[in-house]
Amino acid sequence: MRGVGGAPARPGAGEPRAYRFPRFERRELENGVRLVVAPVHKLPVVTVHAVIEAGAAGDPAGEDGVAALTARALTEGTRGLDAAALTQRVERLGATIDAGADWDAAFVSLTTLRGKLAEALRLLAEVTVEPAFAEREVERLKAERIAELLHLETEPRGLADEAFARAVYAEGARYGRSEGGSKTTVPGLAREHLAAFHAARYRPGGTTLVIAGDVTVDDAERLVREVLGGWRGEAPPPVVADDRGAPAERRVHLVAKADAPQSELRVGHVGVPRTHADYFPLVVMNAILGGLFNSRVNMNLREVHGYTYGAHSGFDWRRGAGPFVVGSAVKSDVTDAAAREVLHELDRMRDEPVSADELSLATSYLDGVFPIRYETTTAIASALANHVVYGLAEDYFDAYRGRVRAVSAADVQRVARAHLRPEALQLVVVGDPAVVRAPLEALDFGPLTVREAEEETVA
Amino acid sequence: MHIPIETFTLPNGLRVILSEDHTAPLVAVNLWYHVGSANERAGRTGFAHLFEHMLFQGSENVAANEHFELVQRAGGTLNGSTWLDRTNYYETVPSNQLALALWLEADRMGRLLPAMTQQKLDTQRDVVKNERRWSVDNQPYGTWWERLPALCFPPEHPFHHSLIGSMEDLDAAALEDVAAFFATYYTPDNAVLTIAGDFEPGEARRLVEELFGPIARGAGKPPLPPMELPPTFGGTRREVVPDDVVLPRVFLAFRIPPFGSDGHYAASVGAAVLGLRSGSRLYQTLVRERQVASEVEAFTYDLAKGSDLLVVSAVGRPDEPVETLERALVEEIDRVHRDGVGAEEVERAVALIESAFVFGMQQAGERADQLSRFATYLGEAGRVNEESERYRRVTAGAVSEFARERLGGGNRAFLVYVPRGEEARAGGAGPGGASSGGADGEGGGGDGGAGRRGGTAGAGTAGVGR
Repeated sequence: MRGVGGAPARPGAGEPRAYRFPRFERRELENGVRLVVAPVHKLPVVTVHAVIEAGAAGDPAGEDGVAALTARALTEGTRGLDAAALTQRVERLGATIDAGADWDAAFVSLTTLRGKLAEALRLLAEVTVEPAFAEREVERLKAERIAELLHLETEPRGLADEAFARAVYAEGARYGRSEGGSKTTVPGLAREHLAAFHAARYRPGGTTLVIAGDVTVDDAERLVREVLGGWRGEAPPPVVADDRGAPAERRVHLVAKADAPQSELRVGHVGVPRTHADYFPLVVMNAILGGLFNSRVNMNLREVHGYTYGAHSGFDWRRGAGPFVVGSAVKSDVTDAAAREVLHELDRMRDEPVSADELSLATSYLDGVFPIRYETTTAIASALANHVVYGLAEDYFDAYRGRVRAVSAADVQRVARAHLRPEALQLVVVGDPAVVRAPLEALDFGPLTVREAEEETVA
Repeated sequence: MHIPIETFTLPNGLRVILSEDHTAPLVAVNLWYHVGSANERAGRTGFAHLFEHMLFQGSENVAANEHFELVQRAGGTLNGSTWLDRTNYYETVPSNQLALALWLEADRMGRLLPAMTQQKLDTQRDVVKNERRWSVDNQPYGTWWERLPALCFPPEHPFHHSLIGSMEDLDAAALEDVAAFFATYYTPDNAVLTIAGDFEPGEARRLVEELFGPIARGAGKPPLPPMELPPTFGGTRREVVPDDVVLPRVFLAFRIPPFGSDGHYAASVGAAVLGLRSGSRLYQTLVRERQVASEVEAFTYDLAKGSDLLVVSAVGRPDEPVETLERALVEEIDRVHRDGVGAEEVERAVALIESAFVFGMQQAGERADQLSRFATYLGEAGRVNEESERYRRVTAGAVSEFARERLGGGNRAFLVYVPRGEEARAGGAGPGGASSGGADGEGGGGDGGAGRRGGTAGAGTAGVGR
């Protein structure tokens, strides 16, 4: 045995050093393009997120996936540069430009060394404003999306997420179907749909450039004005996300995957919008329930029972009410037992106040880790992009740590009772029906339906 | 960009690297133990990784799972990972919590065994078996993690066997194995400790000496079997795996010079020319022009002993037989092997590698991990400041020479995943079988480089407030 002898005592914390989220400043161009600039002079790196009011929540009826496909197609060629030439221009700068859309916005994201910012920003503006949507590239992206959907049929995690969204939202609600579109909608999208979506939603008045890194506010404004100052167009109309929930009736949704050695488990229901007044107590409540490693569901399922490699819970924060979910992958023969433990933890969260230890673990973690979240220009820009998308309070970042620390055990129990709704829970399992079906029925949770994996991605 | 570095070694052999950066009130602590799955004995595959899990189960003065709790309560992030030839443990904490992070690492380096129990081992065995199901058995293509090294390294070679381990071997692991592995490999003279971020160097050194100084040096670890291999496979190897997948996927591996050697830089740039981002040769040709692949990428394992691997992975398109994908991939590789690469391609690759390196250095944890990596593998943390220059010195001529020597038919290993029921069409050896077929089995000298990728199998989940 090495290292015997008196071990040094466990050290306490030293004096904390002050930290402030980087200062940021807003500017607006004459055409309505807004800027949020956070100068961070640490390394010669700059990140730019163009945040555009063109998320999947605005997909026109029957055109699921058009927002995602439009965003993806931006970087596949412009009126002046075909896909190959554009990519070469960007990458020879050592820069990366990636585009995509989530529910609430489209993003064109650039990270570059400071010396290449002007040229890289010019390319970002070009892909945002003047995409070519060449038919060949659009058709290729569609085929790749179809390939991704086919792949999903054999990928238990994605399959479970897809089935879960369908289970918790009302028939026909956009949130119940995949952001990227399905095997029935994607083939019907043509370059004209993309061009029309782009014309309608990509407008200077609906665009904010978030810039974080080694640049001054004045330089950032000058550079953006040079490349986007001439862009014209009215602001796009606002979009309301369709987040209607399924009827509050508990059901078991089994997606059959024969011989699966594990079951992917999802338990939950529709959550609340990002801007809900209970956001902070909900974040703390979730940390205790399944957000932290030492959370209740992870300790229960992983460290006490050894059912899984990990279990977690979370709210998917969106403008509309995104889902709340507890998720895990558990050994097939303990699927029912694991589900029972999850239900037990959800009840316990509502029934009893959390202990002082659990509360302080969650709040001191969220408080303390705050500076560690923002080490990179990418992380700072992403935080500011969320600030823009959700219209958060001006002092949001400076107030964050205080608001977390102010959450009490009573707050936690209050929001658990208000927003964890046992009567509305949906239980989704992707697993081997031969092993899990009978035990899931014996759970007495609710009526059980079985689907084949291939049916799941059609929608 | 210059990373400041100060190094010293304790009398017990622990190598320590300090790298100051006061831009934010946080500090990263990063420990690399020079042990990985390569050091496992026969019948104990997966043990190095299972052992990594046990290091989160407490030590003499830390209760089970308290390690995670103490770091998170302090506002820190943490994890560990196991690789073929190293295991690392790391946390980033607010800078006023540096002493706690060091104390936790010292307690488990010096006093792990009093906390080890059969029950903890049994539970972590179950957790790891579930990790295996999650990442390997219940994932499309998931077995590539163990099939590819098995195909590329001879059976007696330490990199041949599975990192995550077989269920049987995990079952066989006993508390005595924990004690023996700990005594042999988890010693200060087999570790590198890096502290990066906001700290006062005098105070950090004092803490390290106080907390780690009393831990006794190890008795030395048994030598690994010979790691040296011929520079190429000496032929084309091929294994076909029917799997529950819809799209075919081809992994194509090449033997390349080990991490850290001059030749590795050329190989690493070669990998980026072939498959880093959408401007790469294979993305341009296979995904954009010929449209036979839906995804393609290339990476290196970054193994520092004997030889390394460069791997190309290409996923097919629906309704296309795997032959279409494989034929097109081979044609493009043949072209690079025969005609070499252009200066613009190398310029693009080096620019991307360089900026990714700078982007990564924004994080104290990444900075610390790189310093530990260079110190562990090459005995020289300062190499981190030569990276950019070494990459910039790589010419198109050097990459073309690398391609001539290493990308030919004499140095290819194909691992081909096909949808179940289509294996007959894919030809070649059946499941589990590997065949060697001749070709221009040429050699290739050199030794080589640096890199990005590597690492698998974390102990934790966690993360909050998304």
